[in-house]
Amino acid sequence: MNFVMPDLYPASAEIFILLMACVLLLADILAGKGRRWLVYLLAQLTLAGCFGITLLTFDGQGATTFSNMFIDDMLADFLKLVLYPAVAVMLVYSRGYLAARNLDRGEFFVLVLFATLGMMVMISASHFLTIYLGLEMLALSLYALVAIDRDSARATEAAMKYFVLGAMASGLLLYGMSMVYGAVGSLELFEIGQRIALGGGNKAVLVFGLVFVVAGLAFKLGVVPFHMWVPDVYHGAPTAVTLFIGSAPKLAAFAIALRVLVTGLAELAEHWQVMLMILAALSIALGNLAAIAQTNLKRMLAYSAISHMGFMLLGLLSGIVAGDPSFTPNAYSSAMFYAIAYVLMSLGSFGMILLLSRAGFEAENIEDFKGLNKRSPWFAAIMMILMFSMAGVPFFVGFFAKFAVLQAVVAAKQVWLAVFAVLFSLVGAFYYLRVVKVMYFDAPTDTAPIQAPRDMRILLSINGLAVALLGLLPDGVLKYSYFATYAFLVGH
Amino acid sequence: MSGLPLLSLAIWLPIVGGLLVLATGSDRNAGLARPLALVVAVAGFLVTIPLYTGFDNGTSAMQFEELRPWIQRFNINYQLGVDGISVLFILLNSFITPLVVLAGWKVIEEKVAQYMAAFLIMSGLMNGIFSSLDAVLFYVFFEASLIPMYIIIGAWGGPNRVYAAFKFFLYTLLGSLLMLVALIWLFFQSGFSFNLLDWHALRIPLAAQILLFLAFLVAFAVKVPMWPVHTWLPDAHVEAPTGGSVVLAAIMLKLGAYGFLRFSLPIAPDASRELAWLMIALSLTAVVYIGFVALVQADMKKLIAYSSISHMGFVTLGFFIFNSLGVEGALVQMISHGFVSGAMFLCVGVLYDRVHSRQIADYGGVVHTMPKFAAFMVLFAMANSGLPATSGFVGEFMVILGAVQYNFWIGFAAATTLILGAAYTLWMVKRVMFGAVANHHVAELTDINAREFAILGILALCVLGMGLYPLPFTEVMHASVDNLLKHVAVPKL
Repeated sequence: MNFVMPDLYPASAEIFILLMACVLLLADILAGKGRRWLVYLLAQLTLAGCFGITLLTFDGQGATTFSNMFIDDMLADFLKLVLYPAVAVMLVYSRGYLAARNLDRGEFFVLVLFATLGMMVMISASHFLTIYLGLEMLALSLYALVAIDRDSARATEAAMKYFVLGAMASGLLLYGMSMVYGAVGSLELFEIGQRIALGGGNKAVLVFGLVFVVAGLAFKLGVVPFHMWVPDVYHGAPTAVTLFIGSAPKLAAFAIALRVLVTGLAELAEHWQVMLMILAALSIALGNLAAIAQTNLKRMLAYSAISHMGFMLLGLLSGIVAGDPSFTPNAYSSAMFYAIAYVLMSLGSFGMILLLSRAGFEAENIEDFKGLNKRSPWFAAIMMILMFSMAGVPFFVGFFAKFAVLQAVVAAKQVWLAVFAVLFSLVGAFYYLRVVKVMYFDAPTDTAPIQAPRDMRILLSINGLAVALLGLLPDGVLKYSYFATYAFLVGH
Repeated sequence: MSGLPLLSLAIWLPIVGGLLVLATGSDRNAGLARPLALVVAVAGFLVTIPLYTGFDNGTSAMQFEELRPWIQRFNINYQLGVDGISVLFILLNSFITPLVVLAGWKVIEEKVAQYMAAFLIMSGLMNGIFSSLDAVLFYVFFEASLIPMYIIIGAWGGPNRVYAAFKFFLYTLLGSLLMLVALIWLFFQSGFSFNLLDWHALRIPLAAQILLFLAFLVAFAVKVPMWPVHTWLPDAHVEAPTGGSVVLAAIMLKLGAYGFLRFSLPIAPDASRELAWLMIALSLTAVVYIGFVALVQADMKKLIAYSSISHMGFVTLGFFIFNSLGVEGALVQMISHGFVSGAMFLCVGVLYDRVHSRQIADYGGVVHTMPKFAAFMVLFAMANSGLPATSGFVGEFMVILGAVQYNFWIGFAAATTLILGAAYTLWMVKRVMFGAVANHHVAELTDINAREFAILGILALCVLGMGLYPLPFTEVMHASVDNLLKHVAVPKL
C-alpha cells in the first residue's frame, strides 16, 4: 500500500488554525504576564486569517480529501464563515471579564482555538471517525474551559458534570456508530447512505444503531431528555465560557446532525424524524416551562437554549414527507437559519451579562438588570431587542427564524406540531418579557456605572442592531442558507 | 403629489421620527423632545390627508398601492394599499397621535423622550397594519405594535401596571400566534403566496374554512375584545397612562374588527355565514351583559373600558348580519368610537391629573369649579350614549336598522344599548359633574387650560361634525363594503 499525500488544500483553514494554536502556546510563554494583549491579538488575527482562507478557497464546488473523511463543500464554508466571527465576538466580549478575574491566561485562548478547530472538523466531517475526532476535540477543550477558574467550586463541579455526562454521550454515539458499521461495513457517510439505499444492512441493527446515534447527538445539542447538563454547566461556568458554549458549538452540532442523519442515514428518515419529533416537542415544552421558574439569568438562558434547540430540530424533522424529499432544502435551510439566528441572539444576551459584570460582581441574576433603562437606556434597548427577538416577536430576527421553521413544519403537513410549538413559545414570551420588565418598569438597585471596555460596547451594540436589522431584511441570510443546503443535498 | 409613496410615509415617518425623538436622550432635553414629537406627529397626520383627498370613491380596488419584493425566499412582498375600509383608520390613527402627544405634554415628566417615541412608533406600526396587503407584513406590524404598548403600560402606568402589561401582551400574543399558523397554512394552500387578494379568491373546503375562521377569531376576538376574552382590556385601560388608554381605545381595538373584514369574512366566507350565529350571540352578550357590568363600575376608566367592549360588540354584530347597513354602520361606529372613547379617556385624564383619583365617589359637583370642562365632558358622554346629532348615534342607528332587517329580535336586543349606554354614562356624569361640591379636592380644581381646551375642542368638533353630516365618512367606504358583501355572499367551497 503506497502512501499518497492527501490534498491539503480543502483543509487549509484547519491546518492554519492548528499551527497558530501552537504558536499561541509559545507566544504566551514568551510574552509573559505583562503582554497578555499580544496573545489575545494573535488569537483574533488567527480567526481573521481563517476567515480569509475560507473565503479565498471558497469556490462553490465540493471537495473531499483524506480518503473522503473530510469534505469542504458550500455548507461547510458557509457555516465556518459564521463560526469565525461568532468566536471572535465572544473573545471581544469576554476580554474585560477575564482580565478582571485574572483568567485571561494564554491557555484560555489556546483552548478556544482548539475548540474552534474541533468545530471546524465537525462541520467538515464526512466520516464517523472525523466526526468523533472533531467532537472530542471540542468537548475536551470545553471541559477544560469550564474549569478554567480553578478556585471556583461551582465551576469545577460543572466541569465534572459536563465531563462525565459528555463522556457517556460520546460512548453512546460511538456505540451507535459501531452498530451502523456492523450493519453496512463502512464508516464513510456517503458510502453508508448508498449501501443502505441499495438495500444493504439489517434494518433492525441499523435502527438500533440509529437510536444511539440520535441520543448522542441529542446530548451534544442539549435537548430533552438529554439536557441535564445544560443548566448546570451554563450556570456553573464562568460567563465568558458560557457565552462560548452557548453560541458557536450549536452550529457545529447542527452540521454533524445534518451530515449524519441526511448524508448517512437518509433512508432511515421515517425513524429518526419521529425520534426528533419527540425530542423537539419535549424540549420546547420543558425548556420553556422550566425557564419560567429561574431567577438566575444564565440558568434561564440555558433552559431557553433547550427550547431553541428543540425549535431547530423542528426544521430538521420536516424534510422528508412520506418519502417525498421535495421540501428538504426548505426545511434544512430553515433549521440552519434558526441556528445562525440563535447564535447571534445568544452571543448578545450573554454579552449583556458580561457587560454588567465587573470585578467581584457577576450580573447573572435577573434582578441585576433592574432599572437598566435608568442606568443605560442604550443597552437596555439592546437587551430589549435581544429578548423580544428570542421570544420571536417581529421585527427581529428571532421572529423570522421561528417563521422559517414553522413554515417548514406546516409544509410537512404537521400543522398540530406547529400549533404545539407556537403555544409553548407563548409560554416562552413570559420569561423574556420579565427581563424587559425588570429593566424598564423597576427602579435600579445597582447604581454602579457600567465599566465595560469600549470595543465591547461597540460590538455589543452592533450585535443588537444586527438582530434588528436581520429582522427587517432577513432575505440575504435566508437565501444563502438555502443555497448552501441545496448544494449540500445536490451533492448526494 | 401622487408620485410620493404616501402609505410608506404614513408608516415610516412616525417611526423614524420616533427614533429621532428617542435620540434626544435624557429628560434634560425634554424641552426638545416634546416639540419634536409634536412636529413629527403633525407631519405624520399631514401626509395622510392626501390619502383622503386623492381617494377615488367609485372603486373598491386597492389604491395608493406599493409593491416591492421583501423576502423572496418565502415570496413575501412589501405590499401596501388601502381601500374604503382601511383608509379612514389610517387617518383616524394619524389624527389621534398628535392629540396623544399633547395630552402627555405636561403630565409625563419622566422619560419624556421614550414616552413620546413609543407613541410615535406605535402610530407608524398601526398604519402599517391598516395598509398591509401581504399577510406576513400585516402580521409583523400586528405583533410589533404590542411592544410599545407593553412598555407604555408598564413604564408609565398605575400601581398595578406590571400585571396589566403582562396580561395585555400575553393575551394578545396568544391570539396572534394561532393566526400565524393559519397564515402559513394558507401560504401552502394558495401555491406559495402571502398576497391577501390572492387569498380572497382561494377556494377552501368548509371544514378547513371553519378551522381558519376559528384561528382568526381567537386572534381578532382578543383584540376587539369580544366577550369572553375581554378581561385584559379593563386592566390595561385602568393601569395605562391617559395617552395609552386613548390609543388603546381609539385605535388598537379597531385592529381586531378590521381583521375580521380583511381576513375572516373574505377568506372564509362560508365559515363566516356558518358561524354567524356564534358571532351574533357573542356580540349581543357583549352589548347587553357588558353594558350591565359597566353600570356597576366605581372606577371611571373601568366604566369607559366596559363601555368600549359593549360598543365594540355593536361593531362585530354589524359585520355578521351581512348587509351594507350593518357593515357600514359598524365602520362608522368604529370611527366614532375612536373619537368618543378617546375623548372620554382624555376627560378622565384631565380629572386624574388634578385629583389623582379615578373613583367616581371622589368627585361630585365638578361643574361648579370646571364649567368649560364640564361642557365638553357632558357632550362626549351624550355621544357615548348615542344621542342623535352626535357621531355615536349614526353608527348605532345604522347597525340597529341593519339588525332589524336581518331579524327583529336581534335588532331589539341590540337596541337596548341605547338605554344601557345612556344609563351607565349619564349616571357617571351625574355623579361626577353635578350635585354639590363633594370635597376640598373638587373645590380646589382649576378649569382646563388652553392646551386641554384645544385637544377636547378638536375632538368635540369631530364628534359633532360626524353626527350632523356623516356623508364624507360613509361615501368613502361604500364601494368597498358593497364589494365585500358581494364577495361574502358567493360560496367558494
